[in-house]
Amino acid sequence: MTKLTLQTKLAILSDAAKYDASCASSGTSRRTSRDGTGLGSTTGSGICHAYAPDGRCISLLKILMTNFCIYDCAYCVNRVSSNVERARFTPEEVVHLTLEFYRRNYIEGLFLSSGIIKSSDATMSDMVRIARTLRTEHNFRGYIHLKTIPDADPLLIEEAGLFADRLSINVELPTDAAVKSYAPEKNPDEIRRTMANVRLRKDAGRERSHTGKRPPKFAPAGQSTQMIVGADNSTDATILGQSTRLYSSYHLKRVYYSAFSPIPDATAKLPLIRPPLAREHRLYQADWLLRFYGFDVGEITGASPDGNLDLAIDPKLAWALANRAQFPMDVNRASREMLLRVPGFGAKTVGRILSTRRHRTLRYDDLLRMGASMTKARAFVTLLDWTPGALTDSSDLRARFAPPPEQLSLF
Amino acid sequence: MPTVHIPMRHSDTAFREAARGLLGSATAPEHVIWQFDNADGDLFAAPPPPVGPNKHLSVPRAYVDLMNVAVWHSDPQRFGRLYTLLWRLRDRPGLMSDRGDQGLAKLREMEKAVRRDKHKMTAFVRFREIDGGARRRFAAWFEPTHFITEPTAPFFANRFGDMDWIIQTPHLTAHFESGKIRFSDGVTKPPLPDDATEDLWRTYYANIFNPARLKVKAMQAEMPKKYWKNLPEATLIPDMIAQAERRARDMQEATPTLPPLRSDRILARLPVAPTPDALNACIRCPLYKSATQAVPGEGPRDADVMIVGEQPGDHEDLSGRPFVGPAGQLFDGVAKQVGLARERVFITNAVKHFKFTARGKRRIHQRPDAPEIEACKWWLNGEIAEISPRLILAMGATAAQALTGSGKNIGQRRGKIEHHNGQDILITYHPSYLLRVPDAELRDRDTALFRADLEQAATWIRC
Repeated sequence: MTKLTLQTKLAILSDAAKYDASCASSGTSRRTSRDGTGLGSTTGSGICHAYAPDGRCISLLKILMTNFCIYDCAYCVNRVSSNVERARFTPEEVVHLTLEFYRRNYIEGLFLSSGIIKSSDATMSDMVRIARTLRTEHNFRGYIHLKTIPDADPLLIEEAGLFADRLSINVELPTDAAVKSYAPEKNPDEIRRTMANVRLRKDAGRERSHTGKRPPKFAPAGQSTQMIVGADNSTDATILGQSTRLYSSYHLKRVYYSAFSPIPDATAKLPLIRPPLAREHRLYQADWLLRFYGFDVGEITGASPDGNLDLAIDPKLAWALANRAQFPMDVNRASREMLLRVPGFGAKTVGRILSTRRHRTLRYDDLLRMGASMTKARAFVTLLDWTPGALTDSSDLRARFAPPPEQLSLF
Repeated sequence: MPTVHIPMRHSDTAFREAARGLLGSATAPEHVIWQFDNADGDLFAAPPPPVGPNKHLSVPRAYVDLMNVAVWHSDPQRFGRLYTLLWRLRDRPGLMSDRGDQGLAKLREMEKAVRRDKHKMTAFVRFREIDGGARRRFAAWFEPTHFITEPTAPFFANRFGDMDWIIQTPHLTAHFESGKIRFSDGVTKPPLPDDATEDLWRTYYANIFNPARLKVKAMQAEMPKKYWKNLPEATLIPDMIAQAERRARDMQEATPTLPPLRSDRILARLPVAPTPDALNACIRCPLYKSATQAVPGEGPRDADVMIVGEQPGDHEDLSGRPFVGPAGQLFDGVAKQVGLARERVFITNAVKHFKFTARGKRRIHQRPDAPEIEACKWWLNGEIAEISPRLILAMGATAAQALTGSGKNIGQRRGKIEHHNGQDILITYHPSYLLRVPDAELRDRDTALFRADLEQAATWIRC
């Protein structure tokens, strides 16, 4: 076999990494290199250095260490039974690319994942070595996200957490049954136990020792996971139920939903579809409602009989339309919890409403200036100079928001 | 009319000084002319009043935050608007928290535009390596919309502390040499030497793109075309978009290939996944569905005393060990007081999986119901049969129900030995009950009773 150039390897191993949705580089501890002894900084909120035409941001150098893999997951381009071209970076190459890209301000840091070669421990220890080299030899203070290999030695994961800002382990699919049929070598119980260990380790990192010393920070940006949407037949209710369980049990920072997307050299076992991008978007919206808007899974998925979210309108609007008895809401009196439930009001808008309400009674134009989307909200609120009248209960209210039905093409 | 000249560099401090002087001399906003960066003098210009020596001026923090950002906007009216706002704040100090105020809306808009421009500068500056000395040197050309080079320079200094860099823009050039920032005049676009790493970056950009999910609008919302001319990767975009649909279609239409020969060989050699132990494979009740793992009992197999609690909690579920959470710590503390050594008893739960409802980031404990207790009794009985303890200490209603068939009246039954199926059972409170008693007096009383019960249990341990 001829030796691959760095450029060819980069092409293969970034192509292989693009199905991981995570790109976050935010929420870690603040660091700088102003003292001149190192390279890199983190500011709390991440920076997206470029956007690809798929609309996704490019914040980190997202690559696989190798796309050789001994597992046979049906949805994955790198499965052992696929004929894609294989490559493998040396740890030095990954370090070099990360630093040189970083110096030119292309990236916030490294997101390193890998196919599983030889054994989980061997793979994980190479990944930890890369993170350790960046941190200790090159004083790299940018962001590092390591994908942990579930059944790797806990000691390796422990070490990974000391060098990385974020750790992640993918649950891959919404149900254990789906994992069993499409990723037969993976063990969902083991994946969850690894997440449990990361949470326990992170909790322990917060406690001071008897001398009052803080232990070294463990994965300061927390852990995240990803599930593929649309490969199996799980409903949105199942998916969101699973997310709720993961958020509460393992204190995940994020659950990423990745619309099952065509891959080169797909398997006959899992026919390719157009990626359900609209569904992915609605799931993210619902996820936000669960985490920041005080909604319950049952409330969000209860509005539809088949357990799937309405693709034509956003889940908050769907909930409001199904619960019109609670509207119109008096913006000048309603509580924060209730305001958060008004379609068209974001968390920031609600904060502004509450602070401005102390000065005076709000009018329609005030809300426009506060950033509310009044095309949505107008049917659900009353203000000093606005009342929706019969609009709230009008039978065609949904049709005002949903895109008009389309004539299906015959060809 | 007083005319104020604000220079390009340090606009923020210049504005602050001028505004302080004007406010000190009670000059109304409509009487001030603001000029920026060497604009030709006004025919009727008069110098602004100097700052008085003891003019102490206090303004809301929120105004300072707004001013420090909006002052870098390219709109010539920014100084006038900022001063007008300052003028209004004299009578309405609370104005800053009024998010609906019309006069403020324009300034907020400017603030947002400048923040966005600064953010985009931190994102889209692209350095190329140039000849260096002791430290490596890099240079970049950037065209911001507003005058943000000065306030954004510290970001780059914090980030690229171990190298020297120059960022040239039409209005200002920022230099970072040996750890110090300095500024010089703006320039027109200079030629920069090629940098081989740019090809690697373009390779990465082209390959991280997924052609099956084309969303051009989403890209342009965040990476507007005005920035493209200075981004090395942007030249690839038109071709990437043009070929995306065909590439996605090709993937879907391609017939599945035969797996490579090595595939079967590798899969055959994979170590057999360990089957979960019987307890973890249990599906006798639905609780297994949301728990992390089943938590078996722990302790010596020849223990004289077996302690049964209710069910694993949050911590126990994560770690797979019984009584390690807050209730377990309380138990350990009391047990230590009465000389009951935890390592000499077998400690377990009536139900082996954690039952909870998820509430945001927390899991709220739910009491197991009768069918769940009944289903799990099979495991508890197995443990009892294996250990055959002299005494079982049943802590709380669930344990009492599992062991005696009734979980009622724990308060009255506690402290007494009951006999069921030839087994001596001592009933007591569950430690998590003691953690929840709101009344301090009651808590102390019941904790004392709990301590007495543990003391009694300890006497059953043979030396």
